[in-house]
Amino acid sequence: MEIPYTVQPRADTGLFNAKVGIWLFLASEVMLFGALFSSYILLRVGASSWPHGLLNVPIGTFNTAVLITSSITMVLAWANMKMGNPPLSRIFLGITVLCGFAFLGVKTKEYYDKFVHYEVRLVDGTVADGHIKKSPDFSVRGFKPEKGSIVLEPANVLHANPGESMADAMARLPAKERYAHHHGEEMHLEASQIRWISNYTPKHSTYFAIYFTLTGLHALHVFGGMIVLSYLFFQNRAAFARTQTERYTNRLEVGGLFWHFVDLVWIFLFPVLYLL
Amino acid sequence: MEASTHAAHLHDVHEAHHEHELSFWQKYIFSTDHKVIGIQYGITALLFLLFGFSLMMMMRWQLAYPGHAIPVVGGLLQKALGTEMMTDQILENGVKVPGVMTADLYNAFGAMHGTIMVFLAIVPLAFAAFGNLVVPLQIGAVDMAFPRVNMVSYQSYFIGGTIMLASFFIPGGAAKSGWTSYSPLATVADLGHTFNGQTFWIIGMVFLITSSLLGAVNFIATIIQLRAPGMTWMRLPFFVWAQFVTAFLLLLAFPPLEAAAVMQLMDNLAGTSFFLPSGLIVSGAPANISGGGSPLLWQHLFWFLGHPEVYVLILPGMGMVAEIIANNTRKPIWGYKSLVYSVLAIGFLSFIVWAHHMYLTGMGTKISTFFQTTTMIISIPSVIILTCLFISLWGGSIRFNTPMLFSLAFLPMFGIGGLTGLPLGFNFSDLHLHDTYYVIAHFHYVVAPGTIFALFAGIYYWYPKITGRFMSEYWGKVHFWLSLLFMNLVFQPMFAQGMAGLNRRMADGGATYAGSDTVVGIDPSILHTNVHISWAAWLLGISQIPFILNFFISMAKGRKIPSDNPWGATTLEWQTPTPPPHGNFTKPIEVHRGPYEYSVPGHAADFTPQNEPERLKHA
Repeated sequence: MEIPYTVQPRADTGLFNAKVGIWLFLASEVMLFGALFSSYILLRVGASSWPHGLLNVPIGTFNTAVLITSSITMVLAWANMKMGNPPLSRIFLGITVLCGFAFLGVKTKEYYDKFVHYEVRLVDGTVADGHIKKSPDFSVRGFKPEKGSIVLEPANVLHANPGESMADAMARLPAKERYAHHHGEEMHLEASQIRWISNYTPKHSTYFAIYFTLTGLHALHVFGGMIVLSYLFFQNRAAFARTQTERYTNRLEVGGLFWHFVDLVWIFLFPVLYLL
Repeated sequence: MEASTHAAHLHDVHEAHHEHELSFWQKYIFSTDHKVIGIQYGITALLFLLFGFSLMMMMRWQLAYPGHAIPVVGGLLQKALGTEMMTDQILENGVKVPGVMTADLYNAFGAMHGTIMVFLAIVPLAFAAFGNLVVPLQIGAVDMAFPRVNMVSYQSYFIGGTIMLASFFIPGGAAKSGWTSYSPLATVADLGHTFNGQTFWIIGMVFLITSSLLGAVNFIATIIQLRAPGMTWMRLPFFVWAQFVTAFLLLLAFPPLEAAAVMQLMDNLAGTSFFLPSGLIVSGAPANISGGGSPLLWQHLFWFLGHPEVYVLILPGMGMVAEIIANNTRKPIWGYKSLVYSVLAIGFLSFIVWAHHMYLTGMGTKISTFFQTTTMIISIPSVIILTCLFISLWGGSIRFNTPMLFSLAFLPMFGIGGLTGLPLGFNFSDLHLHDTYYVIAHFHYVVAPGTIFALFAGIYYWYPKITGRFMSEYWGKVHFWLSLLFMNLVFQPMFAQGMAGLNRRMADGGATYAGSDTVVGIDPSILHTNVHISWAAWLLGISQIPFILNFFISMAKGRKIPSDNPWGATTLEWQTPTPPPHGNFTKPIEVHRGPYEYSVPGHAADFTPQNEPERLKHA
């Protein structure tokens, strides 16, 4: 049994089956990320303040460039296949997958930075964030320290109202007061001095919750795309790609459409999470 | 040209088919044939339908006789689920009888009844099973566009269903926050267990959503790409149109729920506060969370799926009923174009009515007014469809066989369900009726005697195509009349209960709020109706036995069909051998006419199949 239009386009629609399929799939993906972006808007509108400057913009810009490059090489891989140059197509496809690796590598580094970065709200109203250098006997339950002490290498320290979060305080204070003294000096803090402590993980705030969910889901999509493109990379030299070139080119096109979509999501994610 | 390649393909098919026989596993378990997958979906979904109904029958015992041990199955259930979920009833003489449902278990059964019926029974049966079996045949395709994706779709559904079933037996039991899983309740309901029923529910849902997504992509691509030559859009049987719109609803409405499910999973496992507001108090203490989330957000995302889902439940049923009515009135369906445009309008409008489920959330009167308006507008195409189907009966010489009886009953039953929705769609009257048994009666009239009757009609109608035998007409009619009677006895009194103020989701059926001479509360006669409803529900259960036996016995003993087209139908699924072989058609199919050419003047037969060439018309 052979299903028609798997390779050749149907005359009245001008499309082969998989192309219809991938566009429909992408439509559902738009709804998936659309729902998350809508949630982002709703959470942000409802928040008393929204953190700024917690993400590294140069790194994010670099990753954006990496993904845009990968999109270009993806198109070149497809175009070279179409023009009858499979070896060059393979090189471009390889670069695309490598860009994916680079992107995920950088993303991992960014995640790691957040996981080791702590915000500490003290009983006296001081708010600080930075890395914990030492933490003898320190234990925490939820956001509440129970015993022990920490040595914090602060990145920012400011005086807020007791219980206020760093984001709230920053939003309230005039710009020049935001980054107060102490900078770089170690802080020795007992559990009893700390009202609230959390690293920059999803539980920290709705900002980090939506940041990790959106970028995590996006990273999964990048990973999925890389699996597909790697498969096509190895298939490039298989007999199948030589004998059924058009079919292989179609696969490249469909895989490429998904890859471009994943890039496009990042083009929205970058300004929304890093810049705005 | 197109037709000749088609023919060549079909030729290849036939050759290839004879060359190698498929093993049992390839043929029945990991099959990529749309008909086998349709049957897999059908059987699994029917089992889930029975299971979901059984949950409800046990809940009805609790509602009618709160605190009494469930007879027959109570002891067994206690053994299976443990004493955490089932307690003992202590009789006057001190004897302990096992098998009393706890409120927690009632909640779990309630949540899982809804989840199973909607996501594991009706949608897979109406959309996936009938869609797979009938749509490729009706459009003259050899199979679905992506057969392997189709297989994965079923497997994903099966895994999702297994996860849902497994959740009954984990510590803490299945999800118990309603099929809607409103946050923050869904997050805090079972804090004692990390991987609790709600987590299972979410993960199960992700599999079910994946299954629907793959199915939807496949159906749309198939209908766009694989229509036989001559099968133009306006020659599609209405059932195909209904499935086409349904597929779009699944494709676009499910992803927001998937997003919401991911966020709720984060709330449950990663400690985020997507749906948890600041200052949330759990068990008398402030919750240890960052807060800042929005419970309303969950409701918006859920109902963004939830409302289109209602049309996912009903549209395939409408499509089947249209096919069966045209066939058994022996005349064209009235207003085919109106039906098509109405179903498209419903599909579009169903995306902008969702917040009529949320009038009482305090989202604001302006928003309520907007959604009230769109809700009233969407009733127009629904009424057009129903009217077209009613008018189709006019002047027909109706054959009252079992599929037709179920289809005829569908019309008033769906009508009741639809019209009783209007008071819920207006926000002033919804204030009184919200969350009462009135709502339960309303949507069950749409789905139970509505969609399920349409599904029964479909089963009786297409059964001969798959098995080559009819189901028993006599037992079919017994099944029909008993079901019709008891369906109405179950749901009609619930309107009265709801209007009297009886709230849904109460484990004791409202006994706590009973009124008396000295206490203002729910009238005892209203509460006593619970007993009548429960008996009607159990009798409804017994009424399904003729169907189950008929279904299996007819496979071997049913009357053989006299030809491949026993109903004298026009659509393409009847122009194939019975059952259709791998690849469906033995000769190239070319379509020459619309789907409902019954009783065309000047024709010898009272039906003209879609693939009959034009020249025969004048012969």
